[in-house]
Amino acid sequence: MTTGVHPIASTAPENVDTGDLAPRPGFGKLTLRNVGKIYDPEGAAVVAASDCSIDIAAGDFLAIVGPSGCGKSTLMNIIAGFDTLTSGEILLDDAPLATLERAPRPGSDRVVVFQNGALFPWKSVLENVMYGPLVQNALDRAGAEEKALDLLRRCGGLDRVAASYPAQLSSGMQRRVEIVRALMNDPKVLLLDEPFRAMDTVSKTTMHEHLLQMYRVCRKTIIFITHDLEEAIFLADRVVVMTSRPGTIKTMLDVTLPRPRTAGLLISNEFRELKAQLSTAVHEEAKRAFERGEKEQA
Amino acid sequence: MIAVNKQQFWYMWVGYALALTAWYAATNWLPVAAFERLPGPLEVITEWFSPDPAYGISVFTGDYYIHILYSFYRATAAFLMAVLLGVPLGIFMGWSKTFSDFASALFGLLRPIPPLAWVPLAILLFPSSESAVIYVTFLVAFFATTMNTYVGVRSIDRDYFRAAACLGSRPRHVLRHVIVPGALPHIFTGLQIAMGAAWFSLAAGEMIASQYGLGYMIFEAYNLIQFPTIVIGMATLGIAGYLSSAAIRVIGNHLMKWREQSLGMEN
Repeated sequence: MTTGVHPIASTAPENVDTGDLAPRPGFGKLTLRNVGKIYDPEGAAVVAASDCSIDIAAGDFLAIVGPSGCGKSTLMNIIAGFDTLTSGEILLDDAPLATLERAPRPGSDRVVVFQNGALFPWKSVLENVMYGPLVQNALDRAGAEEKALDLLRRCGGLDRVAASYPAQLSSGMQRRVEIVRALMNDPKVLLLDEPFRAMDTVSKTTMHEHLLQMYRVCRKTIIFITHDLEEAIFLADRVVVMTSRPGTIKTMLDVTLPRPRTAGLLISNEFRELKAQLSTAVHEEAKRAFERGEKEQA
Repeated sequence: MIAVNKQQFWYMWVGYALALTAWYAATNWLPVAAFERLPGPLEVITEWFSPDPAYGISVFTGDYYIHILYSFYRATAAFLMAVLLGVPLGIFMGWSKTFSDFASALFGLLRPIPPLAWVPLAILLFPSSESAVIYVTFLVAFFATTMNTYVGVRSIDRDYFRAAACLGSRPRHVLRHVIVPGALPHIFTGLQIAMGAAWFSLAAGEMIASQYGLGYMIFEAYNLIQFPTIVIGMATLGIAGYLSSAAIRVIGNHLMKWREQSLGMEN
């Protein structure tokens, strides 16, 4: 990110039609209160997450960064309903989502976009995007197709590839389609688990702009997990830094950069300032984890 | 395999020609007594396509087709039963951890038993030798189908199940939209193996307990010292097995267009 010229900065169109997916107040407010997760409570207990409290306002974009194994995926899995918590509680729009008594279940109000991509390879792009509303009986086939094509079109002209199979698309395109598939369900929360991890820097920047464009289109509450600090700052309203073993929240950083954001922002002073702050926090943590690792080795 | 390119096509025929030459050389020139009794390729081909075969079996005799039809009927019946029982069982084993723990051990023990070892029991169990032969044929096809289906379901990435759950799927949707299409490549590999296995255990079964069929034809020809007929039977089994596997592949490719498209991209 040293170049001052960003030929890719214009790939995301500016005129965005928000349609019926505009933000709704009180739709997607997520509250984590002292959330903890211990694996194998009887035997050798591994504390994956401990005492995590985060308030996410409806329509906020939150990024969680931290070293591998810091429990960020654990938190996401609990919110998604793939895992249970062992202390604390999670509320969605002030209603209990996950508590000690109530194991969360996966549902279309919290859709995950997976690290390695989970578009069904045996379904075309259109069939993938139509899948949610069809199995939920929310729309009939014609209605689902219309909505899918419309949403694909508004998210960067993806309706062009509606008939293709996922393997025929680039990985960036696949990830965008997967985000559209999630948005089709009009979820309260969108959970993105390091979706751009395997991409090179240039494609990543393009993907960020596409994602921000989609965010402008739909304004969902987004939780974005990554270990790329620049990515976190560029995308999010707030960045949470997590520490490892036990996974706790070390610090939170408000990103005050104005929206809409474009790639040019990456070389601005404010951006560098934020990155420096965040780097210090993460570096301390990484060093601590590394030293502890060395001790354990010895 | 359907889209054979030109080079493959010629190599294929060169391979056949070489094998025939080796066979011809072995029976005509090799000074080994054992080979002298074997029929040579010319002898077999002449007999096979003779309107008036010396030993009663050629493409112009009705008996030849009766044997083929019997074998074909048994192989198909056994194969279809194996698919109807094996695919659902494999899916269920792949889906339910408990059921798989319970069934896998049993399968591990039963599967290595060679089909021929089942023949005596099968004859005792079943009222007719017909059903005994079909049962033995079914058994190998069934194990191949079930195990491959099971492996196919187990090999589906966990994220597809999670994605399906996020998108609001009920179990029947997961079955139809994730498990079946996700396991299909393995299922079809299993069906091809099953079809091949069905043909060879069928021939073995027919030799021991049957009145008609290619296996019976081969063994009968051996007893009556009609050596060219043995080879005609063997070659016919080879062709039948090859064609039925090819048919399964064609059906599989048709059902898995997404795979063809995806694989095409890599070329």
